[in-house]
Amino acid sequence: MPDVAIIGVGLHPFGRYPGKPALTMGAEAARLALADAGVAWTDVDFAVGGSYEVDQPDAVVAEIGLTGLPFTNVYNGCATAGSALALAKQQIELGEHRIGLVLGLDKHEGGAFTADPTSYAAPEWYGEMGLFLTTKFFGMKINRYMHDHGITQQTLARVAAKAYANGAINPQAFRRKALSEEEILASRMLNFPLTHYMFCTPDEGAAAVVVCDAAIAHRYTDTPVYLRSVATRTRRYGAFEVHGTSAAIEHVPAPTVDAAKAAYEAAGIGPEEVQIAQLQDTDAGNEVMHMAEVGLCADGEQNDLIAAGATTITGRIPVNTDGGLIANGEPVGASGLRQVHELVTQMRGRAGDRQMPTVPRVGVAQLYGAPGVAAVSILTR
Amino acid sequence: MAGVPIADGLFTWPSDEPRLIGGSCGRCGALSFPRRAGCPRCGASGPVEHLIGARGTLWTWTSQGFAPKEPFNGAIGEGGLGVPWYVGLVEIPGEIRVEALLTGVSEEDLRIGMPLRLVVVPWRTDDEGREVVTFAFAPDPDGQRSSETEEVGARA
Ligand SMILES: [Zn+2]
Repeated sequence: MPDVAIIGVGLHPFGRYPGKPALTMGAEAARLALADAGVAWTDVDFAVGGSYEVDQPDAVVAEIGLTGLPFTNVYNGCATAGSALALAKQQIELGEHRIGLVLGLDKHEGGAFTADPTSYAAPEWYGEMGLFLTTKFFGMKINRYMHDHGITQQTLARVAAKAYANGAINPQAFRRKALSEEEILASRMLNFPLTHYMFCTPDEGAAAVVVCDAAIAHRYTDTPVYLRSVATRTRRYGAFEVHGTSAAIEHVPAPTVDAAKAAYEAAGIGPEEVQIAQLQDTDAGNEVMHMAEVGLCADGEQNDLIAAGATTITGRIPVNTDGGLIANGEPVGASGLRQVHELVTQMRGRAGDRQMPTVPRVGVAQLYGAPGVAAVSILTR
Repeated sequence: MAGVPIADGLFTWPSDEPRLIGGSCGRCGALSFPRRAGCPRCGASGPVEHLIGARGTLWTWTSQGFAPKEPFNGAIGEGGLGVPWYVGLVEIPGEIRVEALLTGVSEEDLRIGMPLRLVVVPWRTDDEGREVVTFAFAPDPDGQRSSETEEVGARA
């Protein structure tokens, strides 16, 4: 079975672009990724696109060329990019195709996401009562986690301050102003214990990667990065999950734990080998919990690790080196490919002011979202 | 108190001692709330009606510091919700954990493990001028703290 290599990445920076369609941003990201890989669009065998707001990301071919290639659109909530990468990887492994483009694009309004609750298996009254809110779930989950494991609100502030500090030195970030822990703690309380500056915001942007059969990667690049595994999972009975009207008393781990376990197993790599992580930091509490859920530390170790700077760019296990969702915002379909863009950029030693002192060899990317879906990818160089 | 329930089949009403209406699976016995067409644990169809206990303890909570977008349809301000209001996951011992509004609480007195009881509260006035009511949990002065919720020593 062929290995799968990433040979090009492209990013349309996330932010606000009034009047600019998501597909236009997608086309720019696709061109950047193709140019980075040195691959002509006419040589691409297949494509996978993901978006929440755009029904058919394949419409991007109107901008980049009507070559007739098979182009599959996938949507899997916040884990969309994980599913898109998984599909692309499988197509290459099956020997069906050799070179593919994976594209994510979106364009959201600001403020917390909303939708029809019944589309998420939640009843109408749940929405009417103001319970159909991801941010409220995240407040409840981290509040219990803090109670069980002694995590402090100061730790949450440190996580957010790190995100803004990394954003400040990332020319492509949306939030580029460093904020102090005091400013973060003093901002408006949205969902206790999470303040305004501890949250990311839905925004706009696009990201793309070019993948190929690793056997031909050397034709295009001296620095291929290998996509060793991608695993996606949904919640199991007993997990405490977003948009759940009730939860069982018998407790099982979150879907991220299951996806991470499967991804490490498939890659033959353990969490102790990970040198850089891109985690779903929809808010600072999620970054703290996801550190443990992907196996980077035990529950409760985060206070000391984060206080000691272990997750900063120069720390032992840097997390969200480009500022993560907090500093970049979340265009849902593109967010996970931004994570891959950052891992690849760091692994090639091309991250500029935010480059890790030692170019990392093993990275993990993790996505999580409503109504309880997760994706974990393992990359190596 | 009179009033029209926010949804049918959600809680027994009118009643002096209202109960939430859940489902109990005939195959595996798992409880669910609200009652769904299928069992969330084993997938068997047709869980039967099960009235969930009216007393429990607070498993976790958060504040709601902003007005949610639609489909939120509640009254904020005069006679309605004050911002922030509070939401929690309430553990009904031996049965299930239920997500609910919390009433009669403030940030200062909310404690994980505190005893709570089910109440029915005014929610909004509908287009025909009728009072719509919904369920919430309020502090239960006669209840017992959960024994499993000793706080981990919070470090600075
Ligand atoms: Zn069952």
